[in-house]
Amino acid sequence: MSLLPAVVALGDDALVLGQRLSEWCGKAPLLEEEMAMANTALDFLGRARLYYGYANTLGGRDEDGYAFHRDAREYTNLLLFELPGADFAAATARQFLVDAFDELHSAELANSADATLADIGGKAHKEATYHRRHSAAWMVRLGDGTDESRRRMQQALEDVWGYRQELFVNAPAEQPLVEQDILPDRAGLRAAWQEAVAATLTQATLTMPAAGWAVKGGRQGIHTEHLGVMLAELQHLSRSHPGAKW
Amino acid sequence: MAPALEEFQARIDREERIEPQDWMPEGYRRTLVRQISQHAHSEVIGMQPEGGWISQAPSLERKVILLAKVQDEGGHGLYLYGAAETLGVSRDEMIDAMHTGKAKYSSIFNYPALTWGDVGAIGWLVDSAAIVNQVPLQRCSYGPYARAMMRICKEESFHQRQGYDIMLALARGSAAQREMAQDALNRWWWPTLMMFGPPDADSIHSSQSFAWKIKRYGNDELRQKFIDQAVPQAEVLGLKIPDDDLQWDAATGHYRIGAIDWDEFQQVVSGNGPCSRQRLAHHRQVQEDGAWVREAVAAHAAKHQAGGDGLKADAHNPASAQEGGADAAV
Ligand SMILES: [Fe+2]
Ligand SMILES: [Fe+2]
Repeated sequence: MSLLPAVVALGDDALVLGQRLSEWCGKAPLLEEEMAMANTALDFLGRARLYYGYANTLGGRDEDGYAFHRDAREYTNLLLFELPGADFAAATARQFLVDAFDELHSAELANSADATLADIGGKAHKEATYHRRHSAAWMVRLGDGTDESRRRMQQALEDVWGYRQELFVNAPAEQPLVEQDILPDRAGLRAAWQEAVAATLTQATLTMPAAGWAVKGGRQGIHTEHLGVMLAELQHLSRSHPGAKW
Repeated sequence: MAPALEEFQARIDREERIEPQDWMPEGYRRTLVRQISQHAHSEVIGMQPEGGWISQAPSLERKVILLAKVQDEGGHGLYLYGAAETLGVSRDEMIDAMHTGKAKYSSIFNYPALTWGDVGAIGWLVDSAAIVNQVPLQRCSYGPYARAMMRICKEESFHQRQGYDIMLALARGSAAQREMAQDALNRWWWPTLMMFGPPDADSIHSSQSFAWKIKRYGNDELRQKFIDQAVPQAEVLGLKIPDDDLQWDAATGHYRIGAIDWDEFQQVVSGNGPCSRQRLAHHRQVQEDGAWVREAVAAHAAKHQAGGDGLKADAHNPASAQEGGADAAV
């Protein structure tokens, strides 16, 4: 019963971050990095389509129904994924925290008792391992680069830090699935994540922010104000032509 | 002719490839730097009109295909900057030359992409025209340029197909979608014809480029080849080419078009295109915003000698969905 919303939530995480990453097309600081960000965006968008496709077989809508015909309050992605990340430091800090989580989460998802989720997890794990290496390398380059880049990275890390907590909370729809070994136990990933992040931050000569603040609400549809604006851009064309095929 | 020059020309006449370490006349080098850097800038500036529609694409499938397409264009820019660098000019110098107006990029990208129909029209028409221009360049006498063009040409047919496919869906769609497609064709047709450059009679760089086998076909010949391909495709789409004088010439086996408005072309080339300032301002802004990142990369690499080359390797992620994205369009 709770599998469908749990699958859609994972699709939403992937879609909103794929959208954010694709916004970097034509804006990255280096042409090489532009290619890399587009690759990562394609991986996340591809993953969103796999989750939505699975949701569709579970009796849900089709992929475009999920992406284009729900309002922000119906989206259940975690807040970390929807943050604008509009400068390269913010985009990198967010990406690194996500990738470090994703690598651990997808490794466990690959062993899911649900065969489809295990498949998606296996594919996601290959990507996530690469993504984490890439974003960790950026954390190190920018942390241990110039004084300015270290200052910017440290600030970006502080600004995004409070959004990490949601990663480690099993939503009510997810809890029974965790108990059936269908979904990874998010709370159980925290220690390994903290350790992986700490190792990279040390190498990057960055300081781990104080535990301090924590924001939540994504799985309940309580989002940042940024999501509605993002969805307006994502959805306007599709919604302006109801029923059209593209 | 000096002996070196004579030998150089003889090699070209024998269809031998000129490589970076070979002796070459300064004019040959200059012509190639101008042409290849202009070509590289066109790929990169060309990401802007379509790139703006990735976030707005009307379905997830179209979004992924368009992103993969625009990403390819950035890759083309990289191949071409690399080819130009073999002639002793750095990417930064080339970009500076574009920002100061010394180096150009294709004027076609100074037109706005106003609707989703424009995304279809750009892929269909502009990428078609690029293919017609680029196929002969695979046999260009300068080796690195020819090899870059071979890699590029392999990817271009997917670009053209995804554009035509968008047009086909619009043409078979609702009245509003058909109108979107026709409107886009109306606005992109003539600028695309201008992409091939002025009539051969007025072209300033041509004759020496022919002798050096940098160029193998005239502007008019390539333009005609494009027209002969595009007109039947428009018929399949059920769209009208915005040219009342267009007619089939049975005697020659070619379509004849009406007069091209070369004044408009001159206007756009000289900076009066609707988006001329916007495209350059965007590129400049991105360069400025990213300066601290590039400085950090250099500083980090200086501190840790081995750390510098991670970037280029990262651009070719073997596990990525890029392939999948492109394949999805086939
Ligand atoms: Fe291209
Ligand atoms: Fe192309």
